[in-house]
Amino acid sequence: MRASPHRELGLTDGEYELILQKLGRDPNGLELAVFSLMWSEHCAYKHSKKLLGRLPTEGPHLLMGPGENAGAVDIGDGMAIAFKVESHNHPSAVEPFQGAATGVGGILRDVFAVGARPIAVLDSLRFGELDSPRSLYLLDGAVSGIGHYGNSIGVPTVGGEVYFEAAYEQNCLVNAMCLGIARHERLTSSAAAGVGNLLVLMGARTGRDGIGGASVLASAELDSEDESKRPTVQIGDPFEEKRVMEACLELLDRGTLASLQDLGAAGLSSSSSEMASKGEVGLDIDVSAVPVREDDMEPFEIMISESQERMLAVVEPDRLAELEEVCERWEVGSSVIGSVTDTRRLRVLDGAELVGDMPVEALVDDCPLYDLEPAAPEAQIYPAPEAVLESEDPALILPALLGSPNLASRRPLFEQYDSLVQSRTVRRPEQADAAVLQLYPGQAAATEEERSPSTGPGSPGIAVAIDGNGRRVACDPYTGTVEAVLECAANLACVGAEPLGLTNCLNFGNPEKPHVAWQLERSVAGMADALTELGVPVVGGNVSLYNESGGGPIYPTPVVGMVGAVPDTALAPGYGFAREGDAVALVAARGAKVSARGSELAKLAGEELPLGLTPIDVGAVREVIELVREGARSGALASAHDVAEGGLAVALAECAVAGGIGAIVGWDGDEDPVQLFGEGAGRFVVSGRTEAIEALGPLATRIGTVGGAALSIGPVDWEVAQLRGASEALAAAFA
Amino acid sequence: MRFGVVRFPGSCDETDALLACRRYADAEILWHGDRDLHGVDAVVVPGGFSYGDYLRVGAIARFSPVMEAVGELAASGGHVLGICNGFQVLCEAGLLPGALLPNAGRRFLCRQVDVEVVRADSPFTRMAAPGQILSIPVKHTTGRYYAPGEVLESMNAHGQIILRYAEGHNPNGSVGDVAGVSNEAGNVMGLMPHPEHAVDALTGSEDGGVIFESLAQVADASDETGIRAGLVDDAA
Repeated sequence: MRASPHRELGLTDGEYELILQKLGRDPNGLELAVFSLMWSEHCAYKHSKKLLGRLPTEGPHLLMGPGENAGAVDIGDGMAIAFKVESHNHPSAVEPFQGAATGVGGILRDVFAVGARPIAVLDSLRFGELDSPRSLYLLDGAVSGIGHYGNSIGVPTVGGEVYFEAAYEQNCLVNAMCLGIARHERLTSSAAAGVGNLLVLMGARTGRDGIGGASVLASAELDSEDESKRPTVQIGDPFEEKRVMEACLELLDRGTLASLQDLGAAGLSSSSSEMASKGEVGLDIDVSAVPVREDDMEPFEIMISESQERMLAVVEPDRLAELEEVCERWEVGSSVIGSVTDTRRLRVLDGAELVGDMPVEALVDDCPLYDLEPAAPEAQIYPAPEAVLESEDPALILPALLGSPNLASRRPLFEQYDSLVQSRTVRRPEQADAAVLQLYPGQAAATEEERSPSTGPGSPGIAVAIDGNGRRVACDPYTGTVEAVLECAANLACVGAEPLGLTNCLNFGNPEKPHVAWQLERSVAGMADALTELGVPVVGGNVSLYNESGGGPIYPTPVVGMVGAVPDTALAPGYGFAREGDAVALVAARGAKVSARGSELAKLAGEELPLGLTPIDVGAVREVIELVREGARSGALASAHDVAEGGLAVALAECAVAGGIGAIVGWDGDEDPVQLFGEGAGRFVVSGRTEAIEALGPLATRIGTVGGAALSIGPVDWEVAQLRGASEALAAAFA
Repeated sequence: MRFGVVRFPGSCDETDALLACRRYADAEILWHGDRDLHGVDAVVVPGGFSYGDYLRVGAIARFSPVMEAVGELAASGGHVLGICNGFQVLCEAGLLPGALLPNAGRRFLCRQVDVEVVRADSPFTRMAAPGQILSIPVKHTTGRYYAPGEVLESMNAHGQIILRYAEGHNPNGSVGDVAGVSNEAGNVMGLMPHPEHAVDALTGSEDGGVIFESLAQVADASDETGIRAGLVDDAA
């Protein structure tokens, strides 16, 4: 042993002292390894936990809040939606295909661990600029990996988002969100219960993959020696997970299990100690009973392995045979590896030999939590983007923006995802601002076989969207995060959905640096304030820190995923213009302001990122969101689209391209591109019959009429075909 | 009339196929390890990634006990429909001619495409009109239909090309735009597009329903006549 192995494992001297106190002796190697993982940032949230307490976690629809594998909300008729977003950033930066694939695998396990059948996946991706070969490689690998896992397991990938910014060149972000459906009574806790009950490890064998992932990969900055970390990236097997998932769901349907937990970061160590902590019990684990891929694995390796496709269940002894029968039928391995005790200790045995003995409370609850030391930077810390187009001419700017990587059509990406399997997808990618899934009551039948076919129109459902523009947050962590929450709510409003809950993934740099701490603190404050105003609770989420390298921190990137209820999915508008002659209106919040600061227009021109965005009146935006939601869910609107990146002109162009029909929009000839391309929260482009548009009231201003093969804004015309061509710029990246 | 839908380990679209079948008839799941088809009138081999697509798509599934029974059903003239991975399985099992190769684009592709009904007199398409265009999604990595020239000629001669991708809609480089084929007897069909994902306008299209509806009616008719197989012309 070296002089200070705890430092090698990422523990500070102070933390090590505390471990000595808790144990009352020196830890052995296994215990030190387990502590180092449980007290890592990834598992213990030691730099973020205090902040996260500021987020609202109560709401009328909430069934299961933060702390379980996934949160859940009530959607009526005795059905629940469980959902969560999680990051797999560092593994994806090392090996994008497997990193992204196992990210999907992990979030799927989180959802079926709570007893919900996964029904949808969304992804949120960030890469460097597309002219970088490394970014192209990462993009291609991550998209293939997400598709590989989701497609193979039969869960549709229904939405997502991607941005390309130089700040992500060294640290790409791969966040995956999953939603699952369950009847209320099937929602399952991971709390281990029942002294004397058996602990059963199900699924894949345990190998050396991912050892040290949680402490070495997820909690330290990446350096130039990424190659040496390749063995710590896990390899995914969706075929294994599919069988594990079906077996687990069947076992939960039958009520065979007392509790269930997935194995993620830190493997058996974290899953067992968290189950024991929640259940206020102890666990004995015999590592010699764990099926391994390699014979000579050390006990500590078995305890911290991050091999994929494994689940940990607690079962009463007299129901073990039932568990084994189901697992055998699904060709899923299962092994009794231990039992529930009343000791409140995690005891690790190797056969008869005790090789580790740790208090559960010390592992899960006693990691020191750190106060951040935030300090606002005096000047913007991120360099200006490279100028792409220096022109004031709207005729040139619009196609340039539509073809820019952040705005171009995502078709070449989402066509690699099965968005249809399970027959719930009513609005697919690039049809509407949010994905819409039908969830009529027959959908939550106990087994898939008992599902009844859709009854057609009148079928209720849910909508889901995921958002988070890091560059805006880099300009202003508070306001940028408020915008992300509002944009997500606005996307739901466009399909008529009322938000029920939100999950978040906070992707930031090193929180020990004062300016990153400031970004994190301001961002969480903005999220808390916006959610409180909207009345939407956080149901759970994930924090990914230390996303930085030699090139500095990533843009601070809070990603939010929101789920909402849609009374009649058939009425959910798309964003494409629908009918010749419909009125086009701009619906804007009272006092809504637009500005070029931090916009895609400013990026195109290579302008510096400002420090500070125009403050937002969240109450006024809430009012306009509710107005659009009512219009959308009542069937009054033929199309509805949130005005976001690229401003009003880009929103109009997207409506025209999606609908395959143009529009004539009046414009008073003001040549200022900011009015056309400037950005700001609380604006929508909607279309519909004149009476329906007029009925929206004073927040809606008619600006034009749908029709023709061209989009005309004042004196400038663009053929819709030309705009479509411009928007297809990403196809070249996948040629 | 009752459909059976096979479930292999790794099947993904079996519930979708089951729900599609139930719009037109009764339907139940058939377990891969079970040789007994429970007396169903027609079998759907659904899409997905049976056995993880390991070794080669469809290559392992063909050896499952249920496929022995499906082979016997087909030999006795019973109706068998293979969708996507099911099509691949039926080709591997030798119940259909040709093979499915990796897409020309080499990537998984999920896209709504137009498919033209070439034969509207097959048991699988008799409720469609000749030349009718069906909007049905494809979603696969390995869907490029291939058969040697002489095999294709023979298939054409025997009217075994049931569906083609409409002009400009071939998503994968399939030879002759072939989207769906039958065996020579006409009682087994495979197609790469997913008609089970096109049975409800709410979720994008109801054009695929015609396949299940045709099959349901044929099976009902053959129940009455005692004829279990063959093209409708032969049965009539």
